[in-house]
Amino acid sequence: MPDSPTILYCRCAYAQVVPTGVKNEVLQQLCASDASFETVSDLCEMAAHRDPRLQAIAGCGKLRIAACYPRAVKGLFQQAGSPLPDDTEILNMRTQTATEVTEALLKS
Amino acid sequence: MITHTHRPLRVVLYEGTGSIQLPADARAKVMMALLDKGYTVTRSGHGASAMPHDDRSLLVLGAFEGKAPSLEDATGQVSIDTRDITGLDADSIVSLVEKTRGDKPMNEPGKWKPWFPVIDYDRCTNCMQCLSFCLFDVYGVSEDNKIQVQNNDNCKTNCPACSRVCPEVAIMFPKYQGIPINGDEVNEADAKREKIKVDISSLLGGDIYSTLKDRSTAFKSRFSKERSADKALDERKKCLTKLVGDGFIPADVLANLPSTDEILKKAEAAKAKAAAALAAQ
Repeated sequence: MPDSPTILYCRCAYAQVVPTGVKNEVLQQLCASDASFETVSDLCEMAAHRDPRLQAIAGCGKLRIAACYPRAVKGLFQQAGSPLPDDTEILNMRTQTATEVTEALLKS
Repeated sequence: MITHTHRPLRVVLYEGTGSIQLPADARAKVMMALLDKGYTVTRSGHGASAMPHDDRSLLVLGAFEGKAPSLEDATGQVSIDTRDITGLDADSIVSLVEKTRGDKPMNEPGKWKPWFPVIDYDRCTNCMQCLSFCLFDVYGVSEDNKIQVQNNDNCKTNCPACSRVCPEVAIMFPKYQGIPINGDEVNEADAKREKIKVDISSLLGGDIYSTLKDRSTAFKSRFSKERSADKALDERKKCLTKLVGDGFIPADVLANLPSTDEILKKAEAAKAKAAAALAAQ
C-alpha cells in the first residue's frame, strides 16, 4: 500500500449536477500540480454497473476523492459491494469551491 | 442489476521517466476530453501512487518524441499499447484513443443517466417501506433479510418517489438536485419533525391519489417540499404516464400497467415479503 493518499477525481459526466466551473477548475489545478491521480468519468455510472474498478479503488489504501456529497459517495461504493475505508476523505464539488477541494486533495 | 461494463481501456497519461511533460493546460484539455467521452484516465508522473490494475487493456500515452516503447505485461494478462502524442492537440489525442479502441463497445455519457436509489445503511432501519412503495421492483431483500437495491435498471429516471416516503431519509439519488435526496447531510431535528409514517395500504388503496391531497401544511422545514408523500404519489403517476407518452412500451402492454387492483395485490405481496423479512430478523 502506498503511504501517500491516492487521489481520485470524478467528472460526473453522465449528468451535470456538479457545477462545470468547479469541476473544470479542480481538474485544471490537479493538472497544474506534480501529483499523480486517477480520474473516472462518473462514479454513479460505475456503481450502477458494479464496475470491478470500484473494488480496486476502495482497496488501494488511503484515498482522497473529489466528487459530490460524502454520504452519497460512500453509499455508492457500499451498494456496489466495495465499501470505502473509514478514513477516506471525500470532497464535495457541489458545495465547496475549487480551491478548497484542490487544497484538500493536494495537502501533504 | 445492470452488470454489463463496457470500459475496454484504461488510459494512462504517462509523464514519468522517458517522456516529456505536457503543458498543464494541454494536460487538462486532454483529460477533460477523454473523461467526457467516458474513459477512465490515470495521470502518472514521478513518484506515482497508482491504483492496482484490473484486467482491461492499458493504453499508455506519452510524449515519447516519436519513440513509443513496446511494453508487455509481466503476467501476460493485460495487453499494453503505447502511443506517442508528441505535438498532438487534445482532439487529435482523443481521435488516437478512439482509433485504438476500435469497435469495442463502451459506455458513453449522454446516452443514459445513472438514476437509481442509493441506501444509506447508517440511517436505514430496514422498515421495508421502500420495497412496499416502489411499483417497479427496484428493491428486494437479501439472503440475510436486509433491504437492498436489486434492480436499479428498473428505476424510472428522475423519479425519486421512494426517497420522499422513506421515514428515515435513508434513500438518496445522487443525480438529483435538491436536498436531502441528493445525499446532503440530514438535519436530524428536521428529520424527526418530518418523519413520515406512511400507511402503505392507504397510499395504495382505492383512494390512492386522493387520500393525501389535503395535506397542504404538513411540512414546513427546509426540505419539506422534497419530503412530501403527495409529491411521491404524483411522481409515481408520472412514471407510468411517461412510459405511455414515450411510446416506450407497445400498446398491448400498456393494458398491463398496474391498475388499482394490481397495485393492491402488489402491495400485499410486498407487504408479505417485507413482513417475512422482518420476522426473520
